[in-house]
Amino acid sequence: MIYDAAVIGAGVTGAAVARELSARGAKVLLIEKEAEPAFGVSKSNSGIVHAGTQNPPASLKGRLCVEGNRLIREKLSDELALDFRQCGQLIVAFEDSEVPALERIKADGEALGVPGLRLVDRAWLDANEPNLNPAVKAALLAPTAGMISPYRFVHALVESALLHGAELKTGRRVTAIKRAGDAFELTAGGDTFRARYVVNAAGLYADEVSSLAGAPSFKISPRKGEEYLLDRKREHIANHIIFPLPSASSKGILMIKTSDGNPMIGPTAHETADKEDLSTTAAGLEEVLSGARRLVPSVSAGDIIAYFAGLRPACGKDFVIRREAAAPGFVNAAGIQSPGLTAAPAVAMMVAELLKSEGLELDNIDDGAVRRLSPAPRLQTSTPQEIRRLIEQDPAYGDIVCRCETVSAAEIRAAVKRGAATLDGVKFRTRAQAGRCHGGFCTARIMKIMQEELGLPAAALTKRGPGSEIVKGERL
Amino acid sequence: MRRELVIVGGGPAGMAAALAARAAGVRDVLLLERDSCLGGILNQCIHPGFGLHYFKQELTGPEYAGRFADLVRQDPGIEVSLNSFVSKLDGSLELSYLRPGALVDVKAGAVILATGCRERTREMITIPGMRPAGVFPAGLAQKMVNIEGWLPGTEAVIAGSGDIGLIMARRLTLEGVKVKAVVEIKPEPSGLARNVAQCLDDFGIPLYLRHRISFIHGADRVSKVTVSRVAENGSDEPGSSFDIACDTVLVSVGLIPENELLEMAGGAVDRRNNTPVSAGVNLTSVPGLFACGNAFKVYDLADSVTADSALAGRLAAEYLGASPSPEEPV
Ligand SMILES: Cc1cc2nc3c(=O)[nH]c(=O)nc-3n(C[C@H](O)[C@H](O)[C@H](O)COP(=O)(O)OP(=O)(O)OC[C@H]3O[C@@H](n4cnc5c(N)ncnc54)[C@H](O)[C@@H]3O)c2cc1C
Repeated sequence: MIYDAAVIGAGVTGAAVARELSARGAKVLLIEKEAEPAFGVSKSNSGIVHAGTQNPPASLKGRLCVEGNRLIREKLSDELALDFRQCGQLIVAFEDSEVPALERIKADGEALGVPGLRLVDRAWLDANEPNLNPAVKAALLAPTAGMISPYRFVHALVESALLHGAELKTGRRVTAIKRAGDAFELTAGGDTFRARYVVNAAGLYADEVSSLAGAPSFKISPRKGEEYLLDRKREHIANHIIFPLPSASSKGILMIKTSDGNPMIGPTAHETADKEDLSTTAAGLEEVLSGARRLVPSVSAGDIIAYFAGLRPACGKDFVIRREAAAPGFVNAAGIQSPGLTAAPAVAMMVAELLKSEGLELDNIDDGAVRRLSPAPRLQTSTPQEIRRLIEQDPAYGDIVCRCETVSAAEIRAAVKRGAATLDGVKFRTRAQAGRCHGGFCTARIMKIMQEELGLPAAALTKRGPGSEIVKGERL
Repeated sequence: MRRELVIVGGGPAGMAAALAARAAGVRDVLLLERDSCLGGILNQCIHPGFGLHYFKQELTGPEYAGRFADLVRQDPGIEVSLNSFVSKLDGSLELSYLRPGALVDVKAGAVILATGCRERTREMITIPGMRPAGVFPAGLAQKMVNIEGWLPGTEAVIAGSGDIGLIMARRLTLEGVKVKAVVEIKPEPSGLARNVAQCLDDFGIPLYLRHRISFIHGADRVSKVTVSRVAENGSDEPGSSFDIACDTVLVSVGLIPENELLEMAGGAVDRRNNTPVSAGVNLTSVPGLFACGNAFKVYDLADSVTADSALAGRLAAEYLGASPSPEEPV
């Protein structure tokens, strides 16, 4: 079997590329080293569908962000049944002297094509953002910004790709890429795969993968961001995503809304040498808390219910999306730092055009032919009538496993059937274990359901793949 | 559906309240329990030490709970609904609960919340570091060992000296796990003195007071923890840090009353410790809505929960205008 294209990395970039190519008629292999898709950078980020502001007008990432934002809002939310919430974003100024900076961001954004930007004054802020620091003088409103669940976005892209005939292989790290006749031969986890074209969407490891293909043309430097989630009780602490004025190196510490209702604060931005260093630090917590309090003074450490760190796979200041002369047929989609989550659908279209120019035949996409996804039902967001209907179909929708987030046994089973192979996978798909008790009450029950569905002993179940086993032994 | 008294939670608090309400003349009690059996957290507390005050006898948790569960089940005026999770409660005491196969709406004359506690987590005390597998709330580890028969790890460090953590230090040791240290940030242990003696001292498990876990290491599974001595001002003493190799961390840093339903009903909750703002024992700010047991305040002993929760049953009966009739046997 020779695939038309192999896509390395099932993060948001690779998943979007796999969907784009398969929907346009190519036979695609999506290959991932982790146990599930979205276990790389794409799981630990702010989940913001950026409007496109705060990017230089001539940048590739700016252009792709604006286009990705439009695609998510106008097409993908519907086609993929995404939980996108268009809440809008504010960039705030604390001094009258900072207002010209807002105007500059507005002009840059308009040059990139960001729609609907406007300055709002203190009276508007009082009416629309009551918990905002009273010291804020004015803000730039970008109404097209919104929130999405990053992992559910990736899962939806992957599921859609699979519906269009793509194949997904997880737990396989690509360790060698060589040319064999008119195809590439990829070695991954003991298997060999053949594909005419290869797309490198390996996130933090894109430099290493590019080197495997004989194109050692860039280096990825991870930049760590720590994020802290607040209790859902604080849901209405902010109505928009709130940004300070950006610095030279980052967008600053933000007040974020997540698509699940929990507010979030962060992220920091610090270079680190280690691509596995996902640790949070006491200094990071300090920095995030003080930054968030500057925007919304009532944020308190006691509101924090979870935290994590993510690494931005940065390569200079912009995305690196290009063919490599040293490896014809090999396309890099690398350096996908922020706003890579937003840009992914546009990145995918750009990659498709590059592959086309390399000779890959692709259909023109006909919107009518795109297969729609049906969302997995969720009690948390269902009305009582909908819940009754679900329970009629399957009584297990009334069997609550996760009390903090109201997740039923039926939802857990459905998540496992749709591909969750780990406890984190179940959490990302259903939110079970993501609430305030952090799995204290439901972990054991979830493990028992997974054992039944997967036919595995408890000691074989993992948090996020081999090496992260939850328990070490079982009394028989 | 209309019900006279609905009690949420079938642990020792809910059961004591149900029995006392019946004794005080309430004719119709619906006891909702989200687990598949009565008893609450006592089911996983298989160690002795319960009942010394109430029964003047030393019982295990399941034995203690079982005595009340028997009385509840024998009472025809108490309907127990298991696997029943209350998803909604409002200030006029209309509530909804989910159970396998049904979403049920109830209008209650009075409601008693006996929903117990959840554990404070690693996240709430924001221990820095990685997020590997092998970090458990102590109560979850207890459930895994005592109910499921799973061994959480091979070498453990316990953060916090709450009673569950102390009990688990002994329990894990008996199961062959090497418990290397209990680390407590305060100058004195937070659990009962008898648990320090019987669970740590008797097994030679070191207790580090005025210390905290300052970093959790390990990419996939815990590999070690860094422990630091905490100075008077709350910061780590420079040069005091040392590492302990382990694959498991149990977190036992306190309990938080579960009062989300009270909040949903518009009741006032003290944000500092998540207890009801209250004018007296078992009262909430919502008329006809009562709270008892660990949902009202965190108790050290199940015996005291039983004793205090009976009052909630009597208060609800009084609110409902019930009076004990001589022919109702309880
Ligand atoms: C803290 C933080 C906040 C952010 N906030 C936002 C935001 O709000 N909005 C936004 O738009 N963007 C945001 N971003 C950026 C966004 O998260 C990334 O741009 C995006 O997720 C990158 O996706 P990716 O698919 O390129 O990389 P990844 O998600 O890392 O995917 C790459 C995949 O390749 C796999 N892989 C690597 N090597 C191999 C190999 N040899 N063989 C097989 N598989 C391999 C990896 O396991 C991984 O799954 C944020 C980033 C961070 C860190």
